[in-house]
Amino acid sequence: MRKNVLVRSIAALSGIVMLAGLAACGDNTASTSSNGSSSSATKSEPVSGDFQGAGASSQQAAVEAWIAGFQGNNPDAKIAYNPSGSGAGVSTFLTGATAWAGSDKALSDDEVSQSKAVCASGAAFDVPVYISPIAVVFNLKGVSDAGKHINMDASTIAKIFDGKITTWNDDAIQSQNKDLKLPATPITVVHRSDKSGTTQNFVSYFKDAAPNDWSYDLSENWPNSVGQGAKGTSGVISTVQQADGTIGYADFSQVGKLGTVAVKVGDSYNEISAEGGSKVIEDSKLDDTATGENRVVVKINHETEAKGAYPIVLVSYMIACPAYKDAKNAEFAKSWLTYVTSDDGQKAAQDAASSAPLPSSLTSKITKSIEAIKTK
Amino acid sequence: MSSQDTPVMQPAGGKTADKVFKGIAYACGILILVVLAAVFLFLFFRAWPLIGGDQSANSATISSFTGGKTNSFWGYVLPLLFGTVLVSILALLIAFFISIGIALFISHYAPKKIATGLSYVVDLLAAIPSVIYGLWGGLILVPAIYPFWNWVATYLGWIPLFAGPAANPQRTVATVAVVLAVMVLPIITSMSRDIFLQTPTLQQEAAYGLGATKWEMIKLAVIPFGKSGIVSASMLALGRALGETMAVLMILSPGLTYSIKLLQASQNQTIAANIAAQYPEANDLGVSTLIGTGLILFLITFVVNYAARKITEKASV
Amino acid sequence: MAEATKKKNLDGAPVIDFDKFRPTRSSENSRKRKDLFMTGLIGLAFVIACIPLVSVLWTTIVNGLKRLNLNFLSYNMTGVVGGNPTPSGGYGGVVHAIIGTLEITGGAMVISIPIGIMCAVYLVEYAHGGKLAMTISLLVDVMSGIPSIVAGLFAFSMFTIVFGPGTINGIEGSVALSLLMLPTVVKSCEEMLKIVPNDLREASLALGVTKQRTITKIVLRTALPGIVSGCILAIARVIGETAPLLMTAGYISSTNVNLFSGQMTTLPVFVYQEYSKLNANCPVHATSACVPTIPMERAWAAALVLIIIVLVLNLIGRLVAKVFAVKTER
Repeated sequence: MRKNVLVRSIAALSGIVMLAGLAACGDNTASTSSNGSSSSATKSEPVSGDFQGAGASSQQAAVEAWIAGFQGNNPDAKIAYNPSGSGAGVSTFLTGATAWAGSDKALSDDEVSQSKAVCASGAAFDVPVYISPIAVVFNLKGVSDAGKHINMDASTIAKIFDGKITTWNDDAIQSQNKDLKLPATPITVVHRSDKSGTTQNFVSYFKDAAPNDWSYDLSENWPNSVGQGAKGTSGVISTVQQADGTIGYADFSQVGKLGTVAVKVGDSYNEISAEGGSKVIEDSKLDDTATGENRVVVKINHETEAKGAYPIVLVSYMIACPAYKDAKNAEFAKSWLTYVTSDDGQKAAQDAASSAPLPSSLTSKITKSIEAIKTK
Repeated sequence: MSSQDTPVMQPAGGKTADKVFKGIAYACGILILVVLAAVFLFLFFRAWPLIGGDQSANSATISSFTGGKTNSFWGYVLPLLFGTVLVSILALLIAFFISIGIALFISHYAPKKIATGLSYVVDLLAAIPSVIYGLWGGLILVPAIYPFWNWVATYLGWIPLFAGPAANPQRTVATVAVVLAVMVLPIITSMSRDIFLQTPTLQQEAAYGLGATKWEMIKLAVIPFGKSGIVSASMLALGRALGETMAVLMILSPGLTYSIKLLQASQNQTIAANIAAQYPEANDLGVSTLIGTGLILFLITFVVNYAARKITEKASV
Repeated sequence: MAEATKKKNLDGAPVIDFDKFRPTRSSENSRKRKDLFMTGLIGLAFVIACIPLVSVLWTTIVNGLKRLNLNFLSYNMTGVVGGNPTPSGGYGGVVHAIIGTLEITGGAMVISIPIGIMCAVYLVEYAHGGKLAMTISLLVDVMSGIPSIVAGLFAFSMFTIVFGPGTINGIEGSVALSLLMLPTVVKSCEEMLKIVPNDLREASLALGVTKQRTITKIVLRTALPGIVSGCILAIARVIGETAPLLMTAGYISSTNVNLFSGQMTTLPVFVYQEYSKLNANCPVHATSACVPTIPMERAWAAALVLIIIVLVLNLIGRLVAKVFAVKTER
């Protein structure tokens, strides 16, 4: 019987080994070589090696496209991105285990000073790489399923999400939508239940554009107990889909067939669009409280009156060092960030995640920061 | 199994082998103590900044977790604890009787052939990952169960537990308890079935011989025999329910109150789901706070299990 | 029937007024009614339980079959962008997650099953209710209550302290899972060992067999089917764990076969990550081959693969139990 066990375990082991051997050829090769071919002329020699990043899950779809595009130019580079979350991503980056971090918020002063221990010289910097409009989605019989938008100004949205407006045919909503016949369905607010950069960006819109109707402090957690909470963008979307009269907020690319709110900007109501997101950022200034070399942090101008702008946006950053202890990482980080912020990179993200392209007003500053990464 | 590798073949070496074997067994027993101590120490070590660190920074962290609703650790953890216990107890209540029923059905009622098939299915169901229950609960059950809970809220709303109006969609404690009950059901069933099947045939025949009906036989012979097994199965199930993360995370609309309105959304949250929801975006101090809540959960399971152990000891005397 | 035989057998006994002891008709009927009622209740419990369980399985199978094909099983997720098909005509696959699941769970088995069985042996065979054994057995109960996420945090902090910060690899996940498996293994083995009749032990010892051989050859063998099914239950508990693996084993889209270095994706984590993506974006100019709902379809298909793996494990376990089972009269 002892022999039996031995034979069996050997058989099982060899089975696993065989499986492992089979697995090595599971890669989908060169799927997007056409995607990034045009920029390859300007590139220096291709980067090779294993590189890791971690951070914001909001960037995941875009990063997947970037990895595919980047590998089109650098076929020997293996890149892994763990969408573990902004906080976890930055913590991991600060231990030196990853080459870059993705984050929905800029570094804090504390984190900047901590990064000095990880970078070979200088402190880490952040550059915006991913701008995504946040849609206010709703599910209302007769409106959203007919493909219609609802017009709202900032104060109305804030009041709805604060539980002050509780039915869809409330005067505040009806008066802005003269051509719609709104039902008396009660409003169910759906918000994120997890800590999230999307929530913070969404709420900061209220803080700026409707300060009188939003008394809560800025935070990544939803501040009141109105309505229902759901985990992640996917949770919010599926909750909104499940019942009539729900309203929530989510990444533009996840909207699907749900209705979206057209937000009042200046005197007109603007529907959500990628270009609208870019316009706000174009109309925004850099955040001068973010001190530190090479940092590019956007202070979103929620009160913009630019034509066609959509003011509720999420700006997501990549964090890197100006100099790395490992020369390979430096070379990679420079090449990677250059690709990500290039027109090709932004185009790939736009296709994969409906993100808004970086406005040209920012790209020159971003390029300057990336150029500052010391290689060799 | 590994233990089969240890025997020394020559009978002469039997004594040494005996000693070695005994030593390994003792070491493994003691290892449990070591591991548990390690878990406690590591958690405590990671949670230390919560106690020994800068208190104002801690309050700021907790306040950021709760959106400014509270800034003390206990104000944060106690509602979570309440939610955890509420959800798990409800789940266990729902699952317990049903699974004992199924276990008896398999062991004593169903024809032998069907029983074998059924017990196989139960083992399989125990292995369905929580993330699948989460998917199923969040996408299929939540809309499907609304009419039922709405009915309950309308006609049984005078019971505080079922106070209406029922939230729509039903991302509530009641729904989560149902999903958790479904999750722990195969665990209790599988373990108690194994025990029931082991009931000595002699005792069963004796009960029949006294003229007992089938149910009386079960009451007289099977249940007393399986009691400790049932309790330990339930404890395993409670353990899983207390620590269940993904299903709760994906279904429940959380809140931080002591409410027992099972059919309303945003009332309670469990510790485990809260850790999973907050961990990815938490900074170092935030992780310490979350590990602090994990430590509390750990201690609570200690107390619950200790109490359960004492109860069974008394009952079995 | 039992009553009739009783009567016959007692014919020659001293005269007792049996009518005094005969159950009255009403009590007899109420007992019968109760029996019927309980039979109904037990049957009902079974039916009630079937509804959600069947629904879970049905949903997974129906949704999972849509994308479950050879391509899905032979590729990983590298180079998969949005809803676009890969050059091989598929939409990415789970081969990396299958390998991750098998290796990490295998690692957890290797750690926890030997320890668990030996601990149960200690509890049942060596420590006859001593104080230490009582404590250990109590702590095993407590351990079974360790929330999976805490086990994840424990493994995470242990590895970051021992191997440096930011360590994420497969074996870290195995450690977290083995912490969850261990109590299940110990408890089910303990129950099974307790059930082995004492006669067997005594007979073996009386023949001069050493205690160690008695345990390995007689006790463990007799209990083997139960132990195997207990271990399967323990594996079943951990193979679907998501939360601890999210923080210990990480997530990667390419295949990693090295348990000791680099991140590893497991099937449950894969399911969760795909669910988190929910929809893939298809740009306006995309061809009809672009499927916007592909992440959810992948999630269900991966869930189905996971269930199938568990099914196969179960089959193997049953076979092992059958081959080793000692024939006893029941």
